[in-house]
Amino acid sequence: MKRLAAILLSMLIFIPGALYAAPVVREKSSISFLTRQMGVPVSGSFRRFDADVSYDPRNAGKSRASITIYMDDVDAGSDDGTIEIKRKPWFDVKNHPRAEFVSSSLKDLGAGRYEVAGKMTIKGRTRDVSAPVVVKKDGGLWLFDGGFIINRLDFSIGEGPWADTGTVDDKVEVRFRLFAPADKK
Amino acid sequence: MSIPGHETQKSTTGYTLTAIVLHWGTAALIIAGFALGEYMGDLAVSPMKLRLYSYHKWLGVTVFTLAVVRLAWRAFHAPPPFPQKMPSWERAGALAAHALLYALLFAIPVVGWLGSSAHGFQTVYLGVVPIPDLLAKNKELAELLEEVHEQLNHALFLIVAAHIGAALKHHFIDKDDILRRMIGLGGRK
Repeated sequence: MKRLAAILLSMLIFIPGALYAAPVVREKSSISFLTRQMGVPVSGSFRRFDADVSYDPRNAGKSRASITIYMDDVDAGSDDGTIEIKRKPWFDVKNHPRAEFVSSSLKDLGAGRYEVAGKMTIKGRTRDVSAPVVVKKDGGLWLFDGGFIINRLDFSIGEGPWADTGTVDDKVEVRFRLFAPADKK
Repeated sequence: MSIPGHETQKSTTGYTLTAIVLHWGTAALIIAGFALGEYMGDLAVSPMKLRLYSYHKWLGVTVFTLAVVRLAWRAFHAPPPFPQKMPSWERAGALAAHALLYALLFAIPVVGWLGSSAHGFQTVYLGVVPIPDLLAKNKELAELLEEVHEQLNHALFLIVAAHIGAALKHHFIDKDDILRRMIGLGGRK
């Protein structure tokens, strides 16, 4: 089974024209978020996600990234919060187990800085997002370090009484640090 | 604190208006903070619960600040002396109770704040002024501090009850001015 997977994977890599997207190094990568509750910053993170990144600094415009987040493995910063955030008014994990990001463009701003744009889908709602990203070599890996702000209500995160942004702010800062193997060429 | 002395100086038998306002302001805040604390703990997670926790913490920060102000004020404005006929054991009791009350006015908010930090929640006064965390997130420590916070409040409850009881005893049984002077009424002699 493992062998078959290896063969399929190598076929994928060597098929001419197929885009080689490297999965990120999960142990090092992180996706976290910061909310404000009554003015108090509370941070959380997604502990399980898959991400594929293809990046060539000489042809950055062709870069691609896709991220799948498994919403059940979230840490909302407290025991109560972690239970609450999976429920229907928030992530509704039962009906929407995954969130996704698919890039559509990468704009080179120079000096290792880029602006990535793409479609973010959370709780079945898809919105355009864009984020500044800094790309640099870290060991033998590429580090993609960036973040963006979403309005949670755009994705219906926190419905009913939780839609009150006086308690939990509408703005949520999302931060990602993705490590991907650098292409050996 | 007070020197039992000549009773000739009538003006020294009263509290300053500042001291009176600080006393009753603190009383109102700790009653509100105590009631909120008792009520909010068992609520299901809701926006209301988040609000009440924040209000409770803001009350605590205010009580702490007022306690600092009161001690500073007291340093320059000595409280009026005990009535001359007050027995020495009562004076000792009153001094001890007041010292304990002050200690708790400081300790309870501080332990609450430390517990909040240990739970991973910074205290942001009025939702605007962030108070730095002294402790990092630590679940066991948070639960311990929460327990200490609660037990100190039970102690506060008992001492406040004794404080009120003593004031009423002075007013109705001893018929002295202890209660009247904290309400801002003159002596009754």
